[in-house]
Amino acid sequence: MRDHLVPIVMGLVAVGLFFAFPYDLAFLTRVLVTIVLVLSVDLVLGYAGIPTLGQAAMFGTGAYAAGLFAIHVWGDPLAGLVVGAVAGAAIALVSGLVLMRTRGLTVIMLTIAVAAILHEIANRARDLTGGADGLRGIRMQPVLGLWEFDFIGRTGYWYALVVVIVVYVGLSILTRSSFGLGLRGIHDSPERMRAIGAPVYWRLVTAYTIGGGIAGIAGALNAQITQLVSLEGFAFSLSAEALIMLILGGTGRLVGAVIGVALFMTVHHFAAANDPFNWLFVIGAMVLVVVFFLPQGIISLPGILLRHLRGGRDADRA
Amino acid sequence: MPACGNSTSGAVMADTVLRLSGVTAGYGPTHILRDVDLSLEKGERLAVIGRNGAGKTTLLSTIMGIARLHSGEIRLDGDRIDVLSSYRRNAAGLGLVPQTRDIFKSLSVEENILCALRGDATLEEAYALFPRLKERRSNGGAQLSGGEQQMLAIARTLATRPRVVLLDEPLEGLAPVICEMLMRTFEDLARDGRHTIVLVEQHAEAALAFADRAVLMSNGRIVHDGPAADLRENQDLLHRHVGLDLNS
Repeated sequence: MRDHLVPIVMGLVAVGLFFAFPYDLAFLTRVLVTIVLVLSVDLVLGYAGIPTLGQAAMFGTGAYAAGLFAIHVWGDPLAGLVVGAVAGAAIALVSGLVLMRTRGLTVIMLTIAVAAILHEIANRARDLTGGADGLRGIRMQPVLGLWEFDFIGRTGYWYALVVVIVVYVGLSILTRSSFGLGLRGIHDSPERMRAIGAPVYWRLVTAYTIGGGIAGIAGALNAQITQLVSLEGFAFSLSAEALIMLILGGTGRLVGAVIGVALFMTVHHFAAANDPFNWLFVIGAMVLVVVFFLPQGIISLPGILLRHLRGGRDADRA
Repeated sequence: MPACGNSTSGAVMADTVLRLSGVTAGYGPTHILRDVDLSLEKGERLAVIGRNGAGKTTLLSTIMGIARLHSGEIRLDGDRIDVLSSYRRNAAGLGLVPQTRDIFKSLSVEENILCALRGDATLEEAYALFPRLKERRSNGGAQLSGGEQQMLAIARTLATRPRVVLLDEPLEGLAPVICEMLMRTFEDLARDGRHTIVLVEQHAEAALAFADRAVLMSNGRIVHDGPAADLRENQDLLHRHVGLDLNS
């Protein structure tokens, strides 16, 4: 599917799901928020090739920043998103200036460390963050002064959908720009990109910062819709699951992030509902199958099937 | 040229574009180049020949800032560039076409060129130089033949608008017809007056036919530096250092 059609299809599917599953809007909204987070991982890992297991650092920071902003300053949702994005980007910039000087396993370990440090800071700063009890008392104003957040979650759902589409379109433009092409070049061969005039370090810092800003938006969105921020926002499991979702869908393609999240969370949702004790087996089996048979992710499946079909036809003709 | 270190000394000739003085370099602590002195005049065509392991690729890598400089200095238009990272050296006017080509496999032909475009360089310019690339513009970097990959590597480097083009064994592994086409392209580049060309090549005959001047490398040192025609006639030297007899 062409990338510019994805937001349209995503919008149509979301409209269909809204009417088909009116009592599952909380789950569907969680899927949309997670898509934003995984898109940020895709920019950082899939496009720029920065191995990360700490995107939760920026997600959690964005969530706390938006939550505190709503409680103490202004409850406007869009302003809160901007605050979340700036907070996530700031953490990514500061940590990225150090992280991007390292490579491979060191980067992975440091990204985990940054998230762990922020987790502990949020835990200790109980007076500000609520510590292990979480940040409560977030009251959001209506979106654009028109749409109140309701108990059923309709406003939250449409609001999250619009944010997902805007982030997707923005990333689509960015990844097609010369900056985005340069990131893919760096992923393939940083030495070559350097030799054709690209300041590789600064490009990576920029990509990591933008990715942090998007993760911050995801965190802010989550805080505004659930009206709660907990320490789980910094959890290692959140970063790890985001990475697994991206690998399932396929890295280096934005649509891969969307498909990966939809598949992982749907299977998770139904498997956990049917067998609360053994659902991890189902998830594990799914990851194993995809990694073994579709190492490029689910997104590569249509191409593989098409090649098999063409191969079959060619064999028939012969 | 901005941000390129110390300014030129009066001793540097007005039309010397690149000068290496007492350069010792290698990878990590290893020394591969030893005490190399070399200068290039603007618009010159220089051939660098020698056996495998003589230090030819390391010479280009050192100029480009990829190999580690242990001692000596490198100046471009009189300004020191050895203190600059390779991306700044490219911005200063150096362009390397690597032996390994290093095509970005996740990008199409067109995207490979687009991500290198600088200043007033255009895609159409690259396609005019290599029309074959236009036909293959949507193909992935991994779907190209060796010759097409080499064309793309050259087009991508030229898209950065280098004044000094460093070509590292561009004919390696290519069919004779492609080699001839590439040599004609190098001739055109050299004739346009905007490019100074350093050609490192195992095909010594082709390199010496192309160049005005040639250096012969052995064990990381320059053992001969002079007109290409003279070296072509010096069978003894060629035989000793390259194992080549051009008249046979």
